[in-house]
Amino acid sequence: MTATARLTRSDAGTLNHMDLFKTDRAKHATLARAWVVPEPSRCVQCGVCSFHCPVRIDVRRHVWLAEPVTDSKCLTCAECVRRCPRGLLRFQRIPAAMAPGTDPRDI
Amino acid sequence: MASRHVLIGSGPASMSAAETIRSLDSEAEITVVGAERYGYYSRPGLAYYLAKEVPEGRLFPFAPEDFSRLGLVWINERAVKVDPAGHAVTLASGRVLPYDRLLLATGAWAIPLDVPGAELDGVTKLDDMHDARDLIRRSRRAKSAVVVGGGITALEITEGLCSRRLDVHYFMRKDRYWGNVLSESESRIVEEGLARRGVRIHHFTELRRILGADGQVTGVETGEGARIPCDLVAVAIGVLPQKDLAEQAGLVCARGVLVDQYLGSSDPDIFAAGDLAEVSDPVTGQGTVEVLWNSAVVKGRVAGRNMALGQGQAYVPVAPLNVTRLAGSRITIMGTVGSGGDSDVQGIVRGDSETWRRLGSGPVVEAQVGDAHVRLALGDSTIIGAVVMGDQSLSFPLQELIGGGVDIGAIRTDLMQPAAPVGRLIDDLWMGWKGYRA
Ligand SMILES: Cc1cc2nc3c(=O)[nH]c(=O)nc-3n(C[C@H](O)[C@H](O)[C@H](O)COP(=O)(O)OP(=O)(O)OC[C@H]3O[C@@H](n4cnc5c(N)ncnc54)[C@H](O)[C@@H]3O)c2cc1C
Ligand code: SF4
Ligand code: SF4
Repeated sequence: MTATARLTRSDAGTLNHMDLFKTDRAKHATLARAWVVPEPSRCVQCGVCSFHCPVRIDVRRHVWLAEPVTDSKCLTCAECVRRCPRGLLRFQRIPAAMAPGTDPRDI
Repeated sequence: MASRHVLIGSGPASMSAAETIRSLDSEAEITVVGAERYGYYSRPGLAYYLAKEVPEGRLFPFAPEDFSRLGLVWINERAVKVDPAGHAVTLASGRVLPYDRLLLATGAWAIPLDVPGAELDGVTKLDDMHDARDLIRRSRRAKSAVVVGGGITALEITEGLCSRRLDVHYFMRKDRYWGNVLSESESRIVEEGLARRGVRIHHFTELRRILGADGQVTGVETGEGARIPCDLVAVAIGVLPQKDLAEQAGLVCARGVLVDQYLGSSDPDIFAAGDLAEVSDPVTGQGTVEVLWNSAVVKGRVAGRNMALGQGQAYVPVAPLNVTRLAGSRITIMGTVGSGGDSDVQGIVRGDSETWRRLGSGPVVEAQVGDAHVRLALGDSTIIGAVVMGDQSLSFPLQELIGGGVDIGAIRTDLMQPAAPVGRLIDDLWMGWKGYRA
């Protein structure tokens, strides 16, 4: 029962974001060119972010390695950002000429 | 011959030391000795597990391939003796492990409650996975609980049990929660949050005795003789570094294992890191214990480097920071923000740094900034500490301004004016500083 309750809530959250995207194209454009960046010193590796990622990106691992989530699968759905109990994940615009999948260390 | 590194403990300090040693020496033999059968998991995550925010299986940061990539030998046993002269560790099974360099990272453990009835079944704590499972199992049947202690862990247990629908009584010895770190208004925000969740807070209340029948907890008696029936008593009155192995080995210890800035102990081939290490300041000689995940990670890295390469890298304490949720509101504590003792705890609690409590009599600015409650402790020319509750937008700039020791001369007087625009002043200073650095 609890699991269902949680799923419903999480779906609602995702839907809200989708609605937002539909109605606000400018924001969508921004988020689509943003990636999730961590502030690693605040992370306690609890795994809440990875647990809630709908496309199973191991966000926690990126934080441990102090890297942005460069995975091209990232939907920029903001689930991980919203769920992290320590609020250490944020969206940042991807620097020009870089796309998801690019290793930031190559720049 | 490959150098032999033995790491005792399977927490973040050992793991980050192992990663660092491996990155510097592909040949080294690295052996981790850990007493817990669950291996390496997120200890702070246990609070979220208890509160049903994450399933148990997700608390493990490393996948099996991460361990194989590190090429570790993992021994699930308790170390019982260290022989510094013979360079060997004895395990509970009698097995003897020789080492060239040894890391002690055995963490800190809850101080047991010293009252009659403390041995009864139903008196619990939250140190490790075993405790979390035990609390969850018991909470299925229990109807009510009494929580005693202070700091973050006491609240995490309180909130976890609330989310599992228990009636929770929280005992405090004095008039407010975490009085030596939080200000009065911050304590009040936390206590109001707890009350909204249905927690019954008992101020000025001491637990005198735990009552039981047939070996099971049935209630508690307060200092004033009042009796409260309950099925569970959860204790979080502070933690103690686990230094028995070190003491028995003859290493110099104070509250923890005393280490120099290279995290070396009094024996040249034994290092200590994490909650166990008490780092002495090279100038003042003052030792500092921190019970923080990130400090354990950073210390593990420094110790690992010095174990692999010989001493060389000093541990530079960063402004200690913890961000957590207390009674539903997010709170970041950084730098030096409080002073004195807390009668609800003995010594240090989890998620705590002694640095936070070294505040002198400098000016303090407390303000409501939008949805955030912000408190700044000011030094002569810098911000030395801050607490941000609620909206966290200002906590990132403050973390950088405090960590970077940024001069606030330009805004110090303005900050202290009544109704000062604290948010804007901090933001402008931070943007200016970032621009200057870029
Ligand atoms: C409920 C809870 C909430 C917390 N919340 C926060 C928080 O909000 N923020 C924060 O920064 N920190 C928090 N912490 C603290 C954080 O988890 C610790 O600071 C960190 O885990 C310390 O790491 P460590 O490597 O020093 O030791 P630990 O993680 O304590 O690991 C030590 C390990 O050594 C093993 N060991 C001990 N003795 C022996 C022996 N003789 N032989 C073999 N193995 C042995 C133990 O079994 C244990 O697994 C919390 C901890 C708990 C329990
Ligand atoms: S949810 Fe936040 S604290 Fe937990 S592992 Fe992810 S980034 Fe770290
Ligand atoms: S933004 Fe969404 S898809 Fe991207 S990593 Fe976070 S949870 Fe996963």
